[in-house]
Amino acid sequence: MGAEGIGARVVRKEDGRFITGAGQYTDDVFERQMCAAVFVRSPHAHAKVVSIDPSAAKEMPGVIDVIVGQDIIDAGIGNLICGWAIQSKDGTPMKMAPYNVMDPGTVRYVGQPVAMVIAETRAEAEDAAEAVDVEYDPQPALTDFANYASGPVVHPGTADDNMICDWQLGDEAATDAAFASAAHVVEISLRNNRLVPNAMEPRSAVAQFNRAEDHTTLWTTSQNPHVARLVLSAFYNVAPEHKLRVIAPDVGGGFGSKIYIYPEEIACCYAAKRVGRPVKWTADRTEAFMTDAHGRDHVTKAKMAFDADHRITGFKVDTIANLGAYMSLFSSATPTYLYATLLSGQYDIPNIYANVKLVYSHTTPVDAYRGAGRPEATFLVERTMETAARQFGMSPIELRRKNFITQFPHQTPVLMNYDPSDFHGLMDKALAAIDFDGYPARKAESERRGMLRGIGFSSYIEACGIAPSQAVGSLGAGVGLWESAEIRVNPVGTIEVLSGCHSHGQSHETTYAQIVAHRFGVPMSNVSIVHGDTDKVQFGMGTYGSRSGPVGGGAIAKALDKVEAKAKLIAAHLMEADAGDIEIEGGELKVAGTDKKLAWHEVCLAAYTAHNLPEGMEPGLKETSFYDPANFTFPAGTFICEVEVDPNTGVTTIVNFVAVDDFGIIINPMVVEGQVHGGLAQGIGQALLEGCVYDDEGQLLTASYMDYAMPRADDLPSFGLDHLEVPNPNNPLGVKGCGEAGAIGAPPAVINAITDAIGTNDLQMPATPEKVWRAIQSTKMPMAAE
Amino acid sequence: MSEVKLTVNGRNISKSVSDRTLLVELLREELGLTGTHVGCDTSQCGACTVHIDGNAVKSCTVLAAQVSGSSVTTIEGLAKGDTLHPMQEAFRTHHGLQCGFCTPGMIMMGVDIVNRHPEGLDETTIRKELEGNICRCTGYHNIVKAIAAAAEDMRAGATSLAAE
Repeated sequence: MGAEGIGARVVRKEDGRFITGAGQYTDDVFERQMCAAVFVRSPHAHAKVVSIDPSAAKEMPGVIDVIVGQDIIDAGIGNLICGWAIQSKDGTPMKMAPYNVMDPGTVRYVGQPVAMVIAETRAEAEDAAEAVDVEYDPQPALTDFANYASGPVVHPGTADDNMICDWQLGDEAATDAAFASAAHVVEISLRNNRLVPNAMEPRSAVAQFNRAEDHTTLWTTSQNPHVARLVLSAFYNVAPEHKLRVIAPDVGGGFGSKIYIYPEEIACCYAAKRVGRPVKWTADRTEAFMTDAHGRDHVTKAKMAFDADHRITGFKVDTIANLGAYMSLFSSATPTYLYATLLSGQYDIPNIYANVKLVYSHTTPVDAYRGAGRPEATFLVERTMETAARQFGMSPIELRRKNFITQFPHQTPVLMNYDPSDFHGLMDKALAAIDFDGYPARKAESERRGMLRGIGFSSYIEACGIAPSQAVGSLGAGVGLWESAEIRVNPVGTIEVLSGCHSHGQSHETTYAQIVAHRFGVPMSNVSIVHGDTDKVQFGMGTYGSRSGPVGGGAIAKALDKVEAKAKLIAAHLMEADAGDIEIEGGELKVAGTDKKLAWHEVCLAAYTAHNLPEGMEPGLKETSFYDPANFTFPAGTFICEVEVDPNTGVTTIVNFVAVDDFGIIINPMVVEGQVHGGLAQGIGQALLEGCVYDDEGQLLTASYMDYAMPRADDLPSFGLDHLEVPNPNNPLGVKGCGEAGAIGAPPAVINAITDAIGTNDLQMPATPEKVWRAIQSTKMPMAAE
Repeated sequence: MSEVKLTVNGRNISKSVSDRTLLVELLREELGLTGTHVGCDTSQCGACTVHIDGNAVKSCTVLAAQVSGSSVTTIEGLAKGDTLHPMQEAFRTHHGLQCGFCTPGMIMMGVDIVNRHPEGLDETTIRKELEGNICRCTGYHNIVKAIAAAAEDMRAGATSLAAE
């Protein structure tokens, strides 16, 4: 593999600029004549906008312009859309309500923009925003989305019962039949708490309009700049696609929240054209809390049927998913095709039926957040398995082992066809990593100190690298989900890789360079990765759903195949050998079995001098691939969490946490471990700390870091990691993807551990000390009554 | 308006700024030192951490005028020429960063933590001291390792300097 090839623990190429402060994020863009935008936002969750009077604001120092919703409508800029069309079980399409950039008539969540102030400086724009006189007529708000039908209507005329879609997957009759003949039935009711993604870099946009060229440049915090350009052009009429350049420079984390197109960046493009100057908007943290698409937010009732031998025979799931006030770009896909299709977990379940009701409420739009649907599915499946084991008086390990899928490929009743993994092997390694044999002694030691110790398991599976495009198209996707790569070999032998994926912390500049170094034996320092600019890379779908490895990396591998083939033809011609005899090794092209060889750069130079190429061959060495995988990939793992709970305070301490994953082939173990650490922190954050809270009037009570409990260093343990490598058979690198695993697998492991420690089955996330303390008190109640 | 005289990364700066100009605004917008980031505005996240007269301070809640006369070090001034500070090296070696946005603040805080604990650092202390800096990418695992390793390197460096 070489010191820098696939599998090597190489330090990151991109770190140089980040550790010296030389990264360039969108807010670091300063253009000549640039001015600042600040949005006037609704303080009400639901109100009619009676009037907006910007006259006083326009007189304030430094103010250049004030823009209201009607201005944007009058300019012909269209409504925001949801790009994944789904249908209710009766065949009717989902009910997508109009989503204006700034709705001139009604506001439907706290923080929704109603006007935009442009001023010389941000401070002046903030002052003037205070002076925009907006008269609201407040209306009752719907925040209790589980009772959606009885609440105020969010979009009258579009969805009078607040139901966007009543969607189903699986065979209801067969599943009901399984329950009719079941020996045991286990029921569960739970909530998947609403989260705020909280990328550390707030969203930001800088728009610049060149009147002479009728050309707009937008720098933006995007995970997928090409999709942004496509949507801004084709659907919102911001600018024609060939007259719009979208640059996503360094991006400070995304976690899903930077996939979508938001009102603010559309408004900035409009404003730059209107005022004739570059316009910058950067969210402050409270704006980020109020307006970045939130994640999760489900309530679910489910039941699982077992035969007399404790094998699962059926799983029936009823979920209500809150999508907030408007349908964000991919919001309909998350609680449907990304959720219900994973309800089989790692288990052989012959009958599954899921009914998901997608509903509106007067809250910030909800869309995919790290894991997107799979954490919700895993939480349900793994909490149900744990509850079942306790109901049966069985070891949760044994119940899982009894039901693990062992034959692959495995077709589930909910669309997925799993490629190989080794679920027993993952469990074996996890048990070894946490020293499960030593657990009873550790528990006894905790008890001697008056502490409650518990252990919790989670065996997850996820679907990464969503594809092929034809399949997702048939399920309602508005885009293809292939990825592109272009390999440009320069005459001196250095290599540029242009990828349609986007790195916002995932280390592409390193791992993609490793793929190239592995193939040609050239040093990584001779490889550079180009991404994030629609003027440089022709097209791509961006980064989310752990697609950069399996799909983006797959595209690179396919393009490298073509480069390799052409380089071998040139080398063979130059050395008067057969192309089939050329081997590439250590940066040299050799004729097998002889001492004839050419250095990599000699062949590259020959491709460009074109003095002596095979008859009819075009000069140059540059190849492109558009790679559309044959199937998803299926990373899987077993996580075990060991907690200690203080019964006097309800404080939970994670004392051991191990994660054992099968990510297929690993390109850089250091990078993969980092991805797992980050995912675990977010999953543990969901389980113990994080929760987005609205009051009955729709006020967001958790709108700053003083109110929303972000995991900090002393909230988390150091993690124990291990892995298995079962190669993915469908993609050229054998990789599966690793970015979401931690966030998917961690929440049930933590909650299963706490419920084990305190002796309850009913504990909702986040398991704050107060909630845990109350649960401990309630488990004591029957004893007190005796 | 206020006249502000500062030493920033060893360079003397004299600027006329409005009274409400924050130190982070002066650094980013007037001096072009964009390595110092704004992640929250409430002094909770620590992405804006710089050193003022050798102490780590969150520059998003300090007025520029307030620190006139001080010496400020930002992430851009931490390395000595092309030689990285041991804390910068340790973050790279131990993969203590992913998206890089919180990183300058983390590194500046890391240096401060080590400086304030000449007796040495254990994991619990590092985690407690890092409470004022939020990272959403790394789960802190590798940041903690990086600071522990840098503490060793900084001490070794100090020893070797003293011996010269």
